[in-house]
Amino acid sequence: MSFEPKIVAFLCNWCAYAGADLAGVSRLKYPANIIPIRVLCSGRIDPEFILHAFRNGADGVFIGGCHPGDCHYIKGNYHARRRILLTKKLLKEMGINEKRLRLEWVSATEGRKFANVVSQFVEEIRQLGPLEAKK
Amino acid sequence: MKKKIAMYWGAGCGGCDVSLLGVHEKLLDLLGEVDIVFWPCAMDFKYEDLEKMEDGSIDIAFYNGAIRTSENEEIAKLLRKKAKMLVAYGSCATEGCVIGLANLYAREEIFDAIYLNNETTPDGKIPSHELPEFLPVLKTLDSVVKVDAFIPGCPPPKPVLEAALNALLNGKTDFLSNLALCDECPRRDSKPDKLEINEIKRWHSSNDDGRCFLAQGIICMGLATRAGCKAECITASIPCTGCMGGVDGLSGVSAMSAIASLINGEDEEKERKIIESIEDVVGTFFKYSAAKLLPYGRVKDES
Ligand code: FES
Repeated sequence: MSFEPKIVAFLCNWCAYAGADLAGVSRLKYPANIIPIRVLCSGRIDPEFILHAFRNGADGVFIGGCHPGDCHYIKGNYHARRRILLTKKLLKEMGINEKRLRLEWVSATEGRKFANVVSQFVEEIRQLGPLEAKK
Repeated sequence: MKKKIAMYWGAGCGGCDVSLLGVHEKLLDLLGEVDIVFWPCAMDFKYEDLEKMEDGSIDIAFYNGAIRTSENEEIAKLLRKKAKMLVAYGSCATEGCVIGLANLYAREEIFDAIYLNNETTPDGKIPSHELPEFLPVLKTLDSVVKVDAFIPGCPPPKPVLEAALNALLNGKTDFLSNLALCDECPRRDSKPDKLEINEIKRWHSSNDDGRCFLAQGIICMGLATRAGCKAECITASIPCTGCMGGVDGLSGVSAMSAIASLINGEDEEKERKIIESIEDVVGTFFKYSAAKLLPYGRVKDES
């Protein structure tokens, strides 16, 4: 059987999640490999969420937030940006390819961008193969 | 009736055994209240003696050290069977401690560094005598057997240990603080309302001005570490490295999250530089809990 990546996507309520919704109502196609989880803001995402996803079988973690300057809570996405940067460093040291974690800014009007970046990410993870964090 | 207690030394430095003596005169009271039935480090007991004991006959068994060899694992299981209550004593048993950082490397790499390619070991070879197996990864006590209580710390600081012994001998297990170390930190008042990190400094190469370490850009784990030690290290002008573990979950993850958000983020390039300058993320934030972070060892995903 060919490998189908499992990807957990944390999307902020005000932009990325709305962007995903727009992709849906515009009938844009993107792979069904992502499991979207709505969070209020990308700043809500603790590195623990990311590790938890990897520990429990995710092959990739996608984080979608509002563009810089547009966060509904003003600075949440800046916090996210720094946390993800540090978390990527941690993943590298743990032996996990940092490409498995991706942060993207997607506004509520960017349904197309959402479909594109998700498709790209799924392809990239497909190339990387399954993450065997338990071995 | 006197309580029967046991103390075992797994993979660890021996500091935990010594820390029990650190309660000073309280030890005499303690010895009056208990019968030590097994303590290989201090008294002459054999594993056979332990095997012969009836199941559940020990009231409290303290296990210090992590599980690195098959022998450690065997005794952990044996003690679990013989004791009513099994207590993880110290950071090694609780979170794997400093030796848990070995989980960043494969067993072969460790042997290579110790026996084969080590300057101080000429003509190195891997010992082939009949020794207990060196397990592929280092494990914490609770990953092998059910644990009833944890006494964190490297080794458990006196106030924590006293509270723990007091509680445990009275059949209680709720002796840990639920606050972070900042709460009892002597430098607490020098913490500015708005903390912002513009540069990460290493403690040994900076001039400590006596203020909150984070305000000086020195990474201190106090904000995510359980209180109870009375800030012994900070009192000695050394930032907290987190031996008491987290209040809830891994302190390293919480500290990473908090410290990343304290970094000045006005400029993307600048914030990247600051974050890049944090050397050794696992060693900084998971110094005592790498075995919890990597329970199966380093992940093999280099591609
Ligand atoms: S609300 Fe979208 S990133 Fe904060």
